[in-house]
Amino acid sequence: MAENSIITAKKAVVIGGSTGSIDVLLQVLPVLSVPLTYICIIVLHRRNTADSTLAHLLSLKTTIPVREVEDKEPVRPGIIYLAPADYHVLIERDRTFALDDSEKVNYSRPSIDVTFESAAEVFGPSLIGVLLSGANADGTAGLKAIKKKGGLLVTQLPATAQAAMMPQQAILNTQVDYILDIQGISSLLNNLNL
Amino acid sequence: MVMIEDEQMDLLLTDLFERYGYDFTHYARASLKRRINRVWSLDKFPSFAELRYRIRNDSEYIKRFVEELTVNVTEMFRDPFFYRALRTDVLPTLAAKPFIRIWHAGCSTGEEVFSMAILLKEAGLLHKSLLYATDINPDVLASARKGIVALSQMKQYSENYVLSGGVADFSMYYTAQYSYAKFLDELAERMVFSTHNLVSDRSFNEFDLILCRNVLIYFDKALQQRVLSLFDESLGLLSYLALGAKETLRFSTLETKYRPLNGEKIWRKIV
Repeated sequence: MAENSIITAKKAVVIGGSTGSIDVLLQVLPVLSVPLTYICIIVLHRRNTADSTLAHLLSLKTTIPVREVEDKEPVRPGIIYLAPADYHVLIERDRTFALDDSEKVNYSRPSIDVTFESAAEVFGPSLIGVLLSGANADGTAGLKAIKKKGGLLVTQLPATAQAAMMPQQAILNTQVDYILDIQGISSLLNNLNL
Repeated sequence: MVMIEDEQMDLLLTDLFERYGYDFTHYARASLKRRINRVWSLDKFPSFAELRYRIRNDSEYIKRFVEELTVNVTEMFRDPFFYRALRTDVLPTLAAKPFIRIWHAGCSTGEEVFSMAILLKEAGLLHKSLLYATDINPDVLASARKGIVALSQMKQYSENYVLSGGVADFSMYYTAQYSYAKFLDELAERMVFSTHNLVSDRSFNEFDLILCRNVLIYFDKALQQRVLSLFDESLGLLSYLALGAKETLRFSTLETKYRPLNGEKIWRKIV
């Protein structure tokens, strides 16, 4: 399966979230179709402790492997990649990960904008950007970059978000394609899983 | 936000190399691009042509530009559990040596070098150790040499110190002066600071421990391999190599010659 899916993986999904987004993922992950045929990268704001508790927590909810990104590893479909605490996650044109511990962006490292902008350059119109709950403006500039390259924008329905600011900022400032509740996000992701 | 094109980036990198000898061509492309976009915005160049003109014709500006391209984020006892592993698993195996040589490659402003000196002092090894601290950037080295950090950081550093297994009163290692903390001269006495460019310079000694943390992430795979080979040449049998929390030997030829220590990014040379 692995060999085959590298060739056929056309879509890539980047998911960003802050306050209240872990709860969303804990509901979405258990219903995702297995195996995952697209590339999936998650960037969550978190405390800068370098432990792997979050990856462990998420991995309890799905049989899809959940891994913190390591520098230079190839970006493969079928795995849920998680941005490590205290690093920005970038993607090179040869589809390998590159980590960066430079200045915080939007008071955040990892920053959602940084990963979204970088993924937009590499995946172009094959990219779907999903912005979840959060009390921060991170993610909006990233979604703009994805749109500019022809990708698809999704946000959580603000009324269903524990912190509505992040999706709201995006809806106000970009052309979001789908505004979905948690169940809607799950089924959109499963529709990508061809 | 401005976005430099790939072709424009190549022009700048060629200028930097041909005119000034700085070779950034094997830096990790995605993050270097962000760095260039950042300086372009910060210094408010109205166009790429003007940025390039300044770089080609203002050798004073180059100093700033190069400094902004390299990342100088560091802290004391960064990843405290890494330092705990140094205390419990690495230093005891070096204690029997008559002399201990340590190289901090890409030491930036020196916070990790002072952390190391504190570990060595607490293990009773500082008097017979020498810490070589190098960086490409002379300005950060000048700052490291002073042994001064902002007092506002000390609460965080003190917490890191405790998490790393430190049991002393951390404040005995520095004196507070205005808004700064200055480390004891005793710690700095065993340090040698020098510029060293990992891209172009060679090995200069043999070491028992090399630390190069969150430097390799800024290099592409080819340059990573070059630098790791340089470290390999500079390490004797049973010596240690320590990298950043998300860096790995996995994509290099060193992998089979080094055995990882449990849990932390520390490897011991076994062949």
